[in-house]
Order: sequence, then structure tokens, then C-alpha cells
Amino acid sequence: MSVYSHNFAYTDGERPAPSAVREALAPRFSVVPAAKSRTLRRTWLDTFDWRLYRAGLTLECVADRGPAELVLSGTAGERITATANGTRWPVLADGLPRGPLRDRLKGLTSVRALLPAAKAASTVSEFRVRNTDDKTVAWLTVDLLHPARPSTEEPPARLSLTAVRGYQAQTDRIAQCLAAQPGMFRGAPPPLDAVLATVGHAPGEYSNKVDVELSPTMPARMALAAVLLRLLDTLEANVAGTIRDIDTEFLHDLRVSVRRTRTALKLGASLLPDGLAAEYRPEFKWLGDLTTPTRDLDVHLLGFADGAAELTSADPADLEPFHDFLTQRRVTEQRRLARALRSARFTTLTATWRAALTGLTPPRRGPDAAHAAAKIIGRADRRVLTLGGAISADSPPEKLHDLRKRCKELRYALEFFASLHDLPAHRRAVRELKGLQDCLGTYQDCQVQQQEIRVVAAELLASGSVPATALLAMGDLASHVGQRERRARSEFSSRFAAFASRQAQERFEVLTASTHR
Amino acid sequence: MKIVATYNIKGGVGKTAAAVNLSYLAAKDGQRVLLADLDPQAAATFLFRVRPRVKGGGTALIRGNRDLDKAIKGTDFDGLDLLPADFTFRNLDLILDTTKKPTQRLARLLRPLRASYDLVFLDCPPGISLLSEAVLHAADLVLAPIIPTTLSVRTLDQLTEFIGGLDGHRPALLAFYSMIDRRKRLHKEIAERLPAERDDVAATAIPALSMVERMAVERAPVAAFAPRSAAARGYADLWAEVRDRLS
Repeated sequence: MSVYSHNFAYTDGERPAPSAVREALAPRFSVVPAAKSRTLRRTWLDTFDWRLYRAGLTLECVADRGPAELVLSGTAGERITATANGTRWPVLADGLPRGPLRDRLKGLTSVRALLPAAKAASTVSEFRVRNTDDKTVAWLTVDLLHPARPSTEEPPARLSLTAVRGYQAQTDRIAQCLAAQPGMFRGAPPPLDAVLATVGHAPGEYSNKVDVELSPTMPARMALAAVLLRLLDTLEANVAGTIRDIDTEFLHDLRVSVRRTRTALKLGASLLPDGLAAEYRPEFKWLGDLTTPTRDLDVHLLGFADGAAELTSADPADLEPFHDFLTQRRVTEQRRLARALRSARFTTLTATWRAALTGLTPPRRGPDAAHAAAKIIGRADRRVLTLGGAISADSPPEKLHDLRKRCKELRYALEFFASLHDLPAHRRAVRELKGLQDCLGTYQDCQVQQQEIRVVAAELLASGSVPATALLAMGDLASHVGQRERRARSEFSSRFAAFASRQAQERFEVLTASTHR
Repeated sequence: MKIVATYNIKGGVGKTAAAVNLSYLAAKDGQRVLLADLDPQAAATFLFRVRPRVKGGGTALIRGNRDLDKAIKGTDFDGLDLLPADFTFRNLDLILDTTKKPTQRLARLLRPLRASYDLVFLDCPPGISLLSEAVLHAADLVLAPIIPTTLSVRTLDQLTEFIGGLDGHRPALLAFYSMIDRRKRLHKEIAERLPAERDDVAATAIPALSMVERMAVERAPVAAFAPRSAAARGYADLWAEVRDRLS
């Protein structure tokens, strides 16, 4: 039998919830405590980009007097529990105790760590609601949340009224009486939402997407400023996680916002006041370059197990010295990066950049957002067509790397102005570009990795402490990376042809034309 | 799902007290339990503070016009539900008689509850009737309270004979002494002799205690309002024996 319940939020600060309930229900129903109140320590966990929340799931670590328990619950009634076994946060799903909960979370969280999204103490009191026969007809739970982060606001008391089997009609009457009470509202928000609301936040609010709402007629300068401010928000949101090295995606998102900022400064320089783009472009290049070594190593290490599994003539275990070397080098590079992100140069950059952006005013004359978007996207598209069209089977890798950068610029430009476009048309326009980017991305990643294997092999050999089996395994690995690289290179012409096709280009024209309405 | 019927040809021997306390103890043990009050006197229903009313009465239930599931009420105790009695249950014999295969009817009506319950207690009215035949047909175990008189062996034999005479399915029988007065030598002797001689008599005897009578005042199982009382301990021992027989 399904559970039949009504939920309420109670916000009257004058009377505690149980008193309000007693007054509302007397004399037809009495409310008596069913057990001693319990206080639970609750920690809600999610990835920084809310992967669980977006999948309709909530993960909680609940500690009573006994050992802490992990509870994963879904909007569709899914519920998996596991003992927390002293798990420390943040942690990758791999670090959770073995079992169905870990298995369920691994695929969802992937490379992202689980970290506390909110903490609160929860005082839960349970009451029986009895009719005039003193028969319990419903159970009432009152949950008072006390957020760990101090705030001026307390979340509303959460009331849950559950019917005893066969007493749904009486429970409905009780619910009606409660709903008529001042300060009582039907439908309490989920506890995580309630706790975050007290500090002005909401679950799911972080996204690495450039989700700004632009209007076609707004001045292009203000549209670009809104995009750049959004990118700065994302960049700053990822600084602490990158410094703490919580997971690889903090750096990824930070790096992408730097790249997008550089693209916006390049493609939209003429829309900004004279000299502003020129002043900040070198600083963002410095920042971008800082992130490259660690990110390249991340890409290599994240794909390491897959690469090792491909070995044909060597044992994956032979690659351990190579893996250790990369890991050690990553530690060094990460430290360097963290130092730079704590430096005065970095903090000055973000502070002055924010001040510059917020101080921007619309120019007396200048294009509107729609026209500027069409022009920027059109120009970026033409640049990709020209560069790509000039690439032949004999072209050096640098030409493809250059094209990859131009493709990224086009993709970013499309993202900046996505809110001006029809969403399905945007998705159609991006499809072939995405295919081309994937091909170029694989090609370049393989090149970087091959270069890294060569450099590391030389260094290991020079150190004199590497076994021959490791070098042989690295050779085997390089050969497989080489195969992947050649496959990507041979795919290029068809990918580019698809992008440059009349149909695909028409999709771009439709997209940019739609902003001129 | 196992079905236990508390039944005796004779009335006033402690059937309802046993059904109420054992169903409570089984639920406390973690089993999902339903107590079906088939007695129109509705004593079990009263003890759980439920109103003795079933929509459509016995006719709707027995003929299947109303799902048994929809008539069930939750008690105040976790894992224990009650099918309340209704005054029309006094006619269950007549109603059964109008159905096809009346002795198999109750078993068939209980079958859909298999997914929801581990254990069903049937608290039956006394006497030999079509209803008692249907109850015995549905039950896995008949739990028969007997009072300590010299005629108790005869009562037990009658019951054994009645069960033995059933066509098809025959439930196991477990009798137990109820309303034992420990101050009476005769009671003590009888309560000790029969369990030693017969497999179908439980070693546990439930004493005649005012605490059992107090159930009507408290309107709850004695094991719930006086868990450390001698009566509660007696029912706990009896439940342990019943659980062993069912496993």
C-alpha cells in the first residue's frame, strides 16, 4: 500500500509548530508525542555541478547516535542506503564503501567528487494524531532544521502528516484544519532547498554554461559585458576547488571560462571601450597558459586506464613507473598553479576586470546585440571555412591545431549569443561543428600525449632507474596513441566536408538571420 | 504468508486475548501481520480502538464485491493491521452458504494478501459451523486455547476429530492452556501433564491474571502496556512456540 501523506511548511515564529497543530485540531483530534525528539546531523552531498540533483537524486549523510548512514533517494521513490564508514568529504564515488550505492553513483558522478552542499542539524519530533476513540489515525512528524552556516533566517518547520492505513478521510480532514492555520503552507520544499534558501542559494545554481539572457535590441556592448561577467563568475566559482584540487573538473571549468573570455575579448574587442580588450588579453593569456600543463596531465591520467587496457605486447602493470612519473609531475604543476591562483597578480586581475565590466555603460552609438552576434558568428564561421578548406593531406599538424582553436572560437561565439537564437536551430547548427571539434580534439590530445611519452621516456632513461619493461610498454602505448591520432587525421576531411556542406552552412545562416527579426 | 487461526468450539477461553497479543508480538518481531476479527462480538476490534464497521458488511467481503484490502485498518502499532469485525459477521455462515465452494472461500479471499503480509491471524467465533470449516481450510495452524478442567482432554479430542474429518487441506493443531489459576493444584497438574504427553499441546500456559482482563480498559495488547508483566511473558513464550511451529 502506498503512503498517503500531506506536507506543510510552518513559518509562524510566535507559536511552536506542535502548539499550533494542537490548537488547530482540538477538540476532534488530540496530538500526543510518540517518542523522544531526535537530533540528526545531516550533510547533503552532490558534485559541484549538481549532477545528482539534475538526475532527480538527493544524497545525504545522516548521523544519529549510531554510525553515519548514506541515503540516496530519488524523486521516483528510489532509495539506497549504506553505512558511511567514516568517509571524508570530498570524495570520488570510487572512495565510497563498496555496494549498490557506490555502483549507482559511479556512473552519475564520473570524474566529479562528492562534496558537502549544505549541512544542518535536524530535530525530528514524532506525534500521534488521535481521534475521539483515542485511536491513532495519523502520524505527524515535525522537522526543525538548523543550518550549520549561520544566517538571519531559519528555515520553516517541516510538517509531514501520514495517514494510518484506512484513515485517509480523517487525515484529509486533519490536513484541512492545518492548512487553515496562519503561517501554515501546503507543500514544504525539500530540506536541502530550505537550508540553502537561508543563505540565498538554491540547488542546481552552478552551471558552466554561458546562460545569460540577452535581448536582440540591447546594446552589443552591454550584451558582451553580461557574457563576460557570467564567465568571470564561473571562473571565480572554480578557483577554490582548483586550489584545493578537489577534482579535475574545477580546473577544466576554470580553463574553459578563461578560453571563452579570451575569445570574447578577441571577437568582440571593437564593441568594448578603446584599449580595454588590449589591456586584459595578455593577462588572460597568462592565466590560460598557467592552466595548460596541469590540464594536459589530467587528460593523460584520466585516459590512462583505457590506454593501458589497449596494450598488445606489454602488461598494463609495466606502465606503473610512467603513471607514477605523470602523477608526480602533476603534483608539481598543480602546486605551481595553486600558487599562481593565490598570487596578487591573479586577484588583481579578477578584481579589476570585474570593476571594469560593471562600470561599462552603453555607447552613444553602436550595434545592437543581434547585429553584433550575426557579424561575430559569421566572421568566425568564415575563418573556419577558409582555414579548413586550405588543409590537405600534407598539411602540418600546426594547421589542424590552428583550425581547432578557430572552431572553438566559433563554438564559443554561438554559446555567447545562444539566448538570441531559436534553441532547436542552435542545436542543429552546432551538430556538425561538434563532430569536427571532436575529431580535431582527439588529434591534438594524441599529439600532446605522444610528445609527453617521448619526453618522459627520455627523462626516465636519463634517471637510470627505469626498468626496460616500462620503456617497452610506453612504446606500445605510444603506438596505440599514434593509431588513434592517424584515425582522427583520416576522419578529418569527411568531418570538415560535413561542416562546410551547403546544408550545414545554411543552418548557420538561418540561425544568424533569426536574430534580425 | 502463514495463517494462524485462534479457534475453539467453546467460547470465553481466551482466543481473542491470544490473537491480539500474539499478532502484536509477531509484528514486534518484524513480521508484517494482519489480524482478521471474524467474531461479530468484535472484541479484537474494540481492543485496537477501531470502529467495528466494514463498508458493505460481511456480504460484500465474502462475495468479493469489496476488496479485503480496502477494509483493512492500521493499528497503533508498526507492522500490525486489522480487518475489523462488523455486526453483519453474525451471518457469515449464511453468506458463505450462498457462495460456490464455501469452505474454500476464505482461503481464496486471503490469497491476494500474500504480497503484503507474512502472517495472518484469524480470530474466530466459537462453535462448529460453515465458517469454522472455512477457517480451518484456510489455516496453516490452529491455535486452540483450552481451559484446565478434566473435560479439557475431551475438548481437545473433539477438535482433533473435527480437523481430522476435514476434506482436503488439514491444518496443524497446537493447543495451549489458558486461564490457569496457579493457586489451584488441579490446574497445575493438568497444565503440566498434558504437554508432556501430547505433541499438540504447547508447554506454555497462560495464567488467569487481572492484567489480561485489564486489556479491555487499556484497549491495547498486554505486551504493549505492561511488557514486563507475567501475562506478557506468558504470551511471549507462547509466541516463541508458535513461531517454531510455523518455521
